[in-house]
Amino acid sequence: MSSDAINKTPLHGLHVELGARMVPFAGYEMPVQFPAGVKTEHLHTRAKAGLFDVSHMGQVRISGTDAAERFEALVTGNITGLAESALRYTLFTNVTGGILDDLMVTNAGDHLFVVVNAACKETDLALMRAGLGDTVEALEDLALIALQGPSAVAVLAELAPGVAGLKFMTSGTFAIEGTDCLVSRCGYTGEDGFEISVPNDKAEALARRLLAHGDVEAIGLGARDSLRLEAGLCLYGHDIDTTTTPIEAGLSWAVPKRRREDGGFPGAEIIRRQAADGTTRRRVGIRPEGRAPAREGTQIADGEGRILGAITSGGFGPSIDGPVAMGYVETEFAEEGTQLNVIVRDKPMPARVEALPFVPPGYKR
Amino acid sequence: MSDMKFSEDHEWIRVEGDIGTVGITDHAQEQLGDVVFVEVPEVGMTAAKDEQVAVVESVKAASEIFAPVSGEIVEGNAVLADAPETVNSDPYGAGWFFKIKLSDPSELEKLMDEDAYKAFAS
Repeated sequence: MSSDAINKTPLHGLHVELGARMVPFAGYEMPVQFPAGVKTEHLHTRAKAGLFDVSHMGQVRISGTDAAERFEALVTGNITGLAESALRYTLFTNVTGGILDDLMVTNAGDHLFVVVNAACKETDLALMRAGLGDTVEALEDLALIALQGPSAVAVLAELAPGVAGLKFMTSGTFAIEGTDCLVSRCGYTGEDGFEISVPNDKAEALARRLLAHGDVEAIGLGARDSLRLEAGLCLYGHDIDTTTTPIEAGLSWAVPKRRREDGGFPGAEIIRRQAADGTTRRRVGIRPEGRAPAREGTQIADGEGRILGAITSGGFGPSIDGPVAMGYVETEFAEEGTQLNVIVRDKPMPARVEALPFVPPGYKR
Repeated sequence: MSDMKFSEDHEWIRVEGDIGTVGITDHAQEQLGDVVFVEVPEVGMTAAKDEQVAVVESVKAASEIFAPVSGEIVEGNAVLADAPETVNSDPYGAGWFFKIKLSDPSELEKLMDEDAYKAFAS
């Protein structure tokens, strides 16, 4: 797939029909918002259920009985210990311990099912093929639909009753409208919900069927971003990238004890040392005290005006009804409750370090 | 809207006597999306035509608001501090930004009338 040409997902026509404002994103023309607007879409997802087209993300199959062992050479996570049908959040790292991408890996029995970020899809595929050869297959014939929110389970269970039995971070294959789909109980909003991997030619019919339910509305990338920010979830290329390590990013839980001790992935020694000795900076949640959002790139200072770091994601949180942000600060300022200033339009505005997530998660554990 | 004039920065101004009330157009609020924060100018500030005097932030981005004419700021809309969404719901009414005492009323002639603005914004 060419990275210069603009790609369209199988739901493109539906988005346009629903009145979406379409924007280029990671090589795809994607809906940033629908007529309801970002705030309404966001609040609807937290109250009922939102349908998200995430077909731009890369879906990959890695076959072979030793796929998990071999995959561990590329990522920080415990993949060999992943139970069948369970999925896990993990990280591709480079030799300096920087993060190349964050991804989801599912133990699908006879293969691993991997979902990577759209913007990193081609470099991730190259990385996986370099390490794992032709056992790596890009699943170009699959779309990905996320159904998120407290009503998601009731809505999807009308089409596939079995999905109600899935626990958070587990998956299964279910017949939906006569088509086998891989359904995972996970998401990127902080709510309960599912990601449904569906053949391209069945995706629009499934989306229409789900949208026909009174509780479901189509949600754009704008609300997807504010939902994940309130949920304290990282956006690759913003909150994490090749210059940040998992430990600095507060993702040490994605580097379990065995992987820290035994290594065997790029940058393992640096990450092990950072986990033991600490880092000079850390990702934190930041709540500006006024109403003005502190956006990406906003500098963070102490009371004397000394720069401590910068905001990596920031905006307005509709559920919080105020500005929310994440960023990196010097570790001595990373403690919850620490008073800081964010420099908005050259003026210091009071803010404080706050625990993530900003909203309580709705996951069904 | 026939008594209003419009700037290329998508602001409107309605003048009574020597005081102009300024806001952003319906087209502008629709393009911005949900407004979440407004910073209005301080009373007493002197603004030159096209000088940045206020800020409006939507869920998406921050945008600057410019004085469509020169003058002295005589009032900021206090309602917007707690109810910035008024800009979306009533852009030509309760969602006004500030009032300015015109120092050069002839500047109004350089602004667009309603028909010209409609053509400009479409």
